[in-house]
Amino acid sequence: MSALIEIIIFSAAAAGALAGGVGVVASAQPVRSALSLLLVLGSLAVMYLLLAAPFVATLQVIIYAGAIVVLFLFVIMLLHARSGEERPSKLRGQRVAAFVLSAAFYAAILAVLRTVRSAPVSTIGSEFGSAQFVGGALFTTYVLPFELASMVLIVGIIAAVVIGRPFVR
Amino acid sequence: MADLSLAAVKSAVLIFLLLTTFAYMTLLERKLLGKFQVRYGPNRVGPLGLLQPLADGVKLLFKESFRPAQVDVIVYLVAPTITMVTSLVVYAVIPFGPEVSFFGRRVTLYLADVNVGILLILAASSIGVYGIILGGWSSNNKYSLLGSLRSSAQLISYELALSLAVIAVVLTAGTLSLVEIVEAQQRLWFVALQPVGFLIFLVAAIAETNRAPFDLPEAEQELVAGYQTEYGGFKFAMFYFGEYIGIVTMSALATTLFWGGWNGPLLPPVVWFALKSFVFIFFLIWLRATMPRVRHDQLMAFGWKFLVPVGLLNIVVTSIWVILRQT
Repeated sequence: MSALIEIIIFSAAAAGALAGGVGVVASAQPVRSALSLLLVLGSLAVMYLLLAAPFVATLQVIIYAGAIVVLFLFVIMLLHARSGEERPSKLRGQRVAAFVLSAAFYAAILAVLRTVRSAPVSTIGSEFGSAQFVGGALFTTYVLPFELASMVLIVGIIAAVVIGRPFVR
Repeated sequence: MADLSLAAVKSAVLIFLLLTTFAYMTLLERKLLGKFQVRYGPNRVGPLGLLQPLADGVKLLFKESFRPAQVDVIVYLVAPTITMVTSLVVYAVIPFGPEVSFFGRRVTLYLADVNVGILLILAASSIGVYGIILGGWSSNNKYSLLGSLRSSAQLISYELALSLAVIAVVLTAGTLSLVEIVEAQQRLWFVALQPVGFLIFLVAAIAETNRAPFDLPEAEQELVAGYQTEYGGFKFAMFYFGEYIGIVTMSALATTLFWGGWNGPLLPPVVWFALKSFVFIFFLIWLRATMPRVRHDQLMAFGWKFLVPVGLLNIVVTSIWVILRQT
């Protein structure tokens, strides 16, 4: 019974993620693309819930859906306020680059799946994915990447302040 | 299966209660504003004007459902839905009372005690911003767009201060579950331990609910009606539902996080919870009758240059206190 429900929820979330992904690249309007991205991120949050990681799922919603896509929408609205349409981009070869990179990513996923299939499935404790577990891992095992990421963000913030500062002679 | 049907019944009761609360919140606000301004307020429909919300609801339902030209139809319709749904979702985790006996069964007076309860509320409120952004953008009206830009900037800024205040409470209680936070306050309410946190929370909550003196999104002289300008009839009612239920939510949250939730002597827990929440609702309405509106730059400067640093400082002090208490 519960396995069936799990499969149904997973299928719905997977379909949502795929539809959102198609929407991101296929939408004519940037706002629609951003909303499709929201659908992808929401579907991923459902999958985290299915994987018994409610803390990660909520963080996914707060950070990605609640902050990052809002920021995207802000930028889109400020730049193309009236129409929401984009001008032809100056950067060339985006399509080709997108295809090549997607193919590479797909190959990487296939490679990982192939190695995983032969490896034994490891079980995890019920604590996995809880706030305590994630916090503990973040501040012990992964403290270096965590601090590095915060450094990158600080650099980004300082750069934004410097660029946005009114020009003074 | 019994659990599932119980949850369904609870949800239905909750939705009914919230709809009624919304209807009578509008009446309460108009009545109280009338009293504060030494006039009567609505008193024509039914005894003491008690049927006024019903009349308003029927009017909104039967209004012509107009739509401005060249709107982005899907986004235009999705926006009020997001506002309404996210304002309802949070009630899944807000605890109204402890377990009670009901027809010989133990029934908890909350839908779910998830161990990330408070985060769920923050997540729902950050998703609620989409209703405002998308509503303003899709209306194809410059007042709507300006209003929505303003109010989403306000919401995002004050969400930060709100979260900082909540983090201090979480540190004090040592849990993210709202039920456990309330249980941790049985002896001492957190407002005594977190007075600064409570004040930050209160100010941020007023800004989050777009109430005076922070009701800039609806500054009529400048923006007509902000992001709701192009919405009418039932779609307008959905936005309003989100706003008023947001006020109830923030009052309930202030009660839960700082004023001991359902804890209290003599009276049943649910009554205590309702009473405390009502005090906050009354306070918010009182504030609207008293305070003039601040300017947008004042609002932003206050949020970022005062509330956020004080909130961070509060967290540092709280963390040190928590560590000292443990050793």
